[in-house]
Amino acid sequence: MIMIDTGDRIAAKAAQMARPEFIAAYPITPQTVIVEKTAEMVESGELDAEYMRVESEHSAMAAVVAAASTGTRTFTATSSQGLALMHEALHWAAMSRVPVVMVDVNRALGPGWNLWADQSDATSQRDTGWIQLYCSDGQEIFDTIIQAYRLAEMQDVHVPVMVNFDAFVLSHTSMPVDIPEQSEIDAFLPPWKPAWKLDPAEPITFAPLVPPLYYGGMRKNLHQGLLNAQSRFPEVCREWKERFGTFHGDLVEEVRCADAEFVIVTMGAFGAEARVAVDELRRQGIKAGLARVRMLWPFPDEVFRRLAPGRRFVVIDRNVSPGAGGALHAQLKSALYGYANSPVYGFIAGLGGRDVTFSDMCAMVNRATSGTAVDVEWWGIED
Amino acid sequence: MSYKPELAISHPVDAAAGKTGSWRDFRPTVDTAKCIKCLRCWISCPDACIKRGEDDSISIDYVYCKGCGICANECPTSAISMTREG
Repeated sequence: MIMIDTGDRIAAKAAQMARPEFIAAYPITPQTVIVEKTAEMVESGELDAEYMRVESEHSAMAAVVAAASTGTRTFTATSSQGLALMHEALHWAAMSRVPVVMVDVNRALGPGWNLWADQSDATSQRDTGWIQLYCSDGQEIFDTIIQAYRLAEMQDVHVPVMVNFDAFVLSHTSMPVDIPEQSEIDAFLPPWKPAWKLDPAEPITFAPLVPPLYYGGMRKNLHQGLLNAQSRFPEVCREWKERFGTFHGDLVEEVRCADAEFVIVTMGAFGAEARVAVDELRRQGIKAGLARVRMLWPFPDEVFRRLAPGRRFVVIDRNVSPGAGGALHAQLKSALYGYANSPVYGFIAGLGGRDVTFSDMCAMVNRATSGTAVDVEWWGIED
Repeated sequence: MSYKPELAISHPVDAAAGKTGSWRDFRPTVDTAKCIKCLRCWISCPDACIKRGEDDSISIDYVYCKGCGICANECPTSAISMTREG
């Protein structure tokens, strides 16, 4: 069935078809539609789940962690300040090893108060132990949410997943999406079989005091769980392709990279725009390609080490860690250290929803081809 | 794959923290003549140290009682008194 709808409503549809048994969420622009739509589905009986109204995002995350601890599949969604308010509970979810799936609609953090697209909300949650996936269109939003459940619930993963897409550019833009039958989704995503759960018949305590002797081992085990997710995600995407025919790349989507000399590295909605830029650059005779990052954390080091020889990278970050730079730029350079000496040019662009078109992206690549690109440039910001 | 996710889990056991009766500064004692068997102390004890008999009479497990005094505070007939440990 083809459905034409906005990113938020597509996300709600995907959440419904994943059959969560518990949802707790707090509305925040531009994610509000997801909260409204899933609540409506529960109210109308289209979705058989408990819906808990909470007074904050921190409580929303605490509630889904508690529900997931009883072996229940859960869903929540947030954005920007809401994600920031969840910060403590994000750590709690990861160290509790519950396979929570959450949508984060990427929006700028205030002040100044700003409702528009910016990935800094999610990139600033890097160290919480969550897997982060980024989407570039409506079909990818639908597919990635279902894939996220499959990945999170794998026995050797058991790590929560954050599915990201850009405010308004994707959340409020209508796009056609091919929606499979519920039975097909059920076959891909069977009910979760938890390795452990809170059960009154067999009382145990989750997350008691852990002394220094054991704490580090738990952190290492979580680290390994994320690395396992990195190796398992490509098989999830392959199986999805075999069953449903759509494929968005796995850890990284590579577009015209085979003979490329200049590779744009970006994520989210910028990835869709960068495809247009690559085609335009090719028309200009520039051997351009695109490596669109789908899984940001854990970062796909190996993919870029393989791509690096003979190529230059033009990284476009719609996020910034003030004083450090863009997440993709820093992480890509870190991945290549000791493996390749490829130039990595960074552009920080589109913060707070400022539009960045394919012409801007072509101009960024032209900086690299003409030798005028620098380590980091703030695009469109006057000094 | 031999990997298993690790989670901090504790299973309930008797006296995970040792024989906590040694922590006690004040010792509760029951005056059975005043006790009306309402069992408020039994419900209120945070360490399950009030033992309930078949006739609903109560006794105190001094091996684990930390002497918090909640039982004495809750008792409606002041049947439980707290006296300093020697």
